[in-house]
Order: sequence, then structure tokens, then C-alpha cells
Amino acid sequence: MLGIIASIIDGVLVGLVYGLSAMGLTLIWGVMDVINLTHGTMIVGGMFALYFLATGLGVPPYLALLPVLVGGFLAGVALYWLAVHRMVGRPPLMSLLSTFAVNLVLIGIGTGVWGTALFNVAVSLPGVSLGRYTFPGAHILAAVLAAVIAASLYLFLHRTRLGKAVRAVANNREAAELVGIPTTRVLAVTVGCGVALAGVSGLLIGTLFPFTVLSGDGYQLKGFVVTVLGGFGNPVGALLGGVALGLLEGAVTPFVPVSWTLVIEFALFVLVLIAFPGGIFASRRGAL
Amino acid sequence: MAAMVTRPFFWIITLVVAAFILFPALGDDVQLRESLALATIYITLASSLNLMLGYAGYINFGSIVFFGLGGYICVWLVDAHHWPLLASLLAAGIGVGALAFIFGLGILRLRGPFFALSTIGIVEGVQAFVQNFEPWGGSAGIYISPEVFTPLGGPGRALWVIYFGLVATMGLSLYLSYGIKISKFGLGLLAIGQNEDAAAILGVPTPRYKAYVYSASAVLPAVAGGLYFFKSAFIQPSDAFDLSLSTEALVVAMLGGQGTVTGVAIGAYLYEELRGYLLVSGTFSHFQLVISGVLLLLIVLFFPSGLMGFIYSRFPRTQKVLE
Repeated sequence: MLGIIASIIDGVLVGLVYGLSAMGLTLIWGVMDVINLTHGTMIVGGMFALYFLATGLGVPPYLALLPVLVGGFLAGVALYWLAVHRMVGRPPLMSLLSTFAVNLVLIGIGTGVWGTALFNVAVSLPGVSLGRYTFPGAHILAAVLAAVIAASLYLFLHRTRLGKAVRAVANNREAAELVGIPTTRVLAVTVGCGVALAGVSGLLIGTLFPFTVLSGDGYQLKGFVVTVLGGFGNPVGALLGGVALGLLEGAVTPFVPVSWTLVIEFALFVLVLIAFPGGIFASRRGAL
Repeated sequence: MAAMVTRPFFWIITLVVAAFILFPALGDDVQLRESLALATIYITLASSLNLMLGYAGYINFGSIVFFGLGGYICVWLVDAHHWPLLASLLAAGIGVGALAFIFGLGILRLRGPFFALSTIGIVEGVQAFVQNFEPWGGSAGIYISPEVFTPLGGPGRALWVIYFGLVATMGLSLYLSYGIKISKFGLGLLAIGQNEDAAAILGVPTPRYKAYVYSASAVLPAVAGGLYFFKSAFIQPSDAFDLSLSTEALVVAMLGGQGTVTGVAIGAYLYEELRGYLLVSGTFSHFQLVISGVLLLLIVLFFPSGLMGFIYSRFPRTQKVLE
């Protein structure tokens, strides 16, 4: 019994990181109705940045957050101008295809250069013991950092002028344009923030688990599940959805082979969507 | 069917199929056969995908699932149960079609982008299932012994038989695409693609039609998969559910012009030629996904209606003949 509780607690810790990653997805989704299919690969980008900064240059893993945040933001702005800008306001299927295409290019370069070898970044931190069980320090620190970053996103969206502009554009793009908000620039900033979140969450996941170039697919799928659980375009909901997913994973892991967890999560995704077409928190759309 | 035979486009398809059979067979040209065999697979996959993408406006990122599952069912029946090839192919087609129908009833309740996302999940789900499914060899896959080629007249002749099977599958996929396009069913699908709510209000039974077309788009790729993996006498999850093939099918359908029968076939042929050229050139062989990606991005950004869109706008009269 205690084992299950420990597994669930650990699930919640990891779930906070999933929630952070899904915030990036849902932010872009909510503001411009674009589903960013490069999300998984951007997460992997964060992992690889961690790998090269930490093992190549000897940067302490958690100090790598800063360059990844900046790099992710720039990558996001580039992604916006390359694949998203012309798609805003067009049928969502077109932006799905365009971001999918960019993802193919990134995956193709990644597998061409690194193959599908397994990478690992060892982070040794003292864990916290609870009876017979020890929670790894990396898991706890990752969860805390995820919560801090999520909180700063919330403050950014609600307390700063630019953040308020992002919410205004999410609410009604034409109206925002009319009152003088430079919507295009705001959209670019939004995609930048979304990708930066993917990058830092990838970095945090990279301190927990080994990864390959193709690991992103699984995390992206988790991101969709979390988004659906937490409501579209609702970053706070995403964090809660992440915790819920972590809970589920923690509860399921002791009983089911690891390769099945993704299938269970995906089944959940479909069931939630069928039971609540448009998402659980559909009425809160635009609640950004 | 009867209405189809009187139209010129029906005969254009028939001519193409005849050319695919005659050119390699008359010259006994093995190299041409192998290159055309790949083209038939692309055409089958892309035309079937086009039923969803071009007609009903639903993106399926996981069309490879049908191909892989068909391959698995066929190879497994031939290897473990010693079924004849034809029966195994039929079983693969029918089995995967039925499975797709059941899946379809579930996930096709999801609209637009959500459906597209769930097709990504289907790939993960099926792959996880196959990797854990012992009768299909788990992640090691299934090898079939060369003896299975004996009933077809030895390996040499079997390759021709398989090739003709692939051409037949391609022909069926083109007839099916065309047949659906000129039918009431096809009209309903196009209406769904334009505006699903309006279509439903006007009496198109949208959930049923979507499940039908999803199922229809599964059958022929499954048969093609059966033939393909029977030919290579080996199947494993990473080959059967290779992401690049389902993305290539998307690229091909967009390149030729989604929603058109001719465009998709021409797109598939062009892409196959381009790919063959790039694979030979060495530098590019590792970066196949990159090339697919760049191509797809350019099409989506600048030519969303593809090759046929360009041809239709330059030569409006072709619209009457080329569907």
C-alpha cells in the first residue's frame, strides 16, 4: 500500500513537469487556435541543450535553464515567422500540416545527426526519505522549478502589459488590433513563450529520464492529454491536468507494463473528448 | 459502377493500370518493376488517404497503421497458419477494414484537429499492442521461410505475382477514389469537408459516412501492406509502423492536389521518382524526412491546392476530363 502511495507522490512530482510542458502547448492553442506539432521536438531540443551544456561545457544542469529559455523563445519566434504567421486565421488543419512539416525537418535532421541513440544526463541530488521509500532529489527539484516557472507565466500573463496584450489577443484578435495592440508581434511572442516552455520542460524531463531524438512524440501526446484534461487555452488548468496525469501514471505504473501507459493515456484522451466534446472546461475558453 | 464505365476518366485509369502491367512485363525489366512497385504502393496509400483528407477534410496522421496491420495479418496467416496468399490478403483487407470501422465509430466523433491528434495516438496504441503481442513475435517480428513462395512458382515468379497484385491494388484504389467521388456518398463527404454542421443539417448522415470512409481508406493499404511484407518475407514493428511512410502519403496527396484522383496519382509517381533520385545521390539518403518536410511546408504555405490546382487554373478545360 505504501508503495502505491509513494508511486503516486512521485507521479505527481513528474506530473507537474508534464503540466509545465503542456502549458506551452495550450498557450499557443488558446491564443491563436494553432496546434503546435513541433512541441514534442522542442521538448527534445531542451533535453539535448541540457545534454550538451551539462556534459559538453560542464554547466550545472539547472543553470542551463536560462540559455534554454532564451534559445527556446528565439526558436519559437522563428517558428512563428516560418510556419505559423501565414496560417493564423486559416482552417486549423493547415497549421497542423505546416507545423507537422517543420517537425519532420527537425526530426529528420536530429535522426540524421544523432541517430536514435539513448542519451542520459546524470543528476545526483540527495533524495528525501519517507519510511522505506526515497524520492529522488531531481524529481522534487524539477517539480518545484516547474511550479515556479508556471507561477511566473501566470504573473506574466496577468500582471505585465505584454501579458495582458497576449490575453487580449486570445480573447478577440480584431478587437485587440482596433485598440492598438500590435497583434502580429504579440502572436510571435506567444509562440516564443510556448516553445520556451517546451524547452525548459524538456530540460527538466531530461534530468529525470534518459531520452532519444524521438522521445518527443510520447511527451507531446501527454501534452495533448493534459491539455484536454485541463481545458484548452488554460495554462493553470494545464498544470492541474499535468498533476492529474501524473497521479494516473503513478497509480497505474505498479500494475501495468510501461509500454502500455501511453496507450491508457491516449484512451483517456479520446474518452474525455467524446464525453466532453470541446474539452472539459469548454465554457472557460478564452479564460487565459 | 455502370455510370463509371461510360466516363472517359474510367478509361484513363484503365490505361494507366495497363501501362503499369505491360511496360515491365514485356521487357522483362526487373529494375523498372521494382521502381514501379514502389510507385503503386505510394499511389495506393495516397489515394486512400485522399478519401479522408481530400474528400471529407480529415487529416489522418496514422494511415500507416492500416498498412502495417495488414502486413502483420497477412504475414502471420501465411507463416503460422499456412493460408494461401490470396486468402491472407483478403483476410488482411477485411480484418483491417472492420477494425477501422470500429475505431472510426469511436474517434470520428472527434472533429477536425482533435481527430488528427487522435490518429497520432492510434499509431502509438497499435504499435504498443503489436510490440507486446507474442503471437506476432513482439518487437522481434516475424520471419517467413522462402518455402511460402513455392506455390507461386518459386521466388522469381512470385515477385511478378506480387507486383501484379500491387498493380491490381493500385487500380482498385484509383477506381474506388473515382467511384466514390462521383457517387452520392462522395457528394456527402465533400459536403462534410466544406462544412460539417451544414452537411448534417441538410441530411447527410455524417457520423456514418465518416466511419464508412475511414474504413474504406483502410482496406486497400492493408492489402498493399500484406503484399509488401510478404515480398520482403519479414515484418517487425519499426518497419510496419514507419512514420515516414504515412507522412510521405500526406506529402504526396498534398503535392498532387488533395481531393483529386489524377493529382494524387501523379504526385505519388513524381515523389517516387524524386525519392529514387535523392536516395542514389548519397548526401540526401539520410535526410529523407527533411526533404519530405521542406516539400510539405512549401506546398502548404504556397500551393495549398497542389499540382492539379495549378493545372486546373492554367487549363480550365482539363477539369472536365481529369477528376
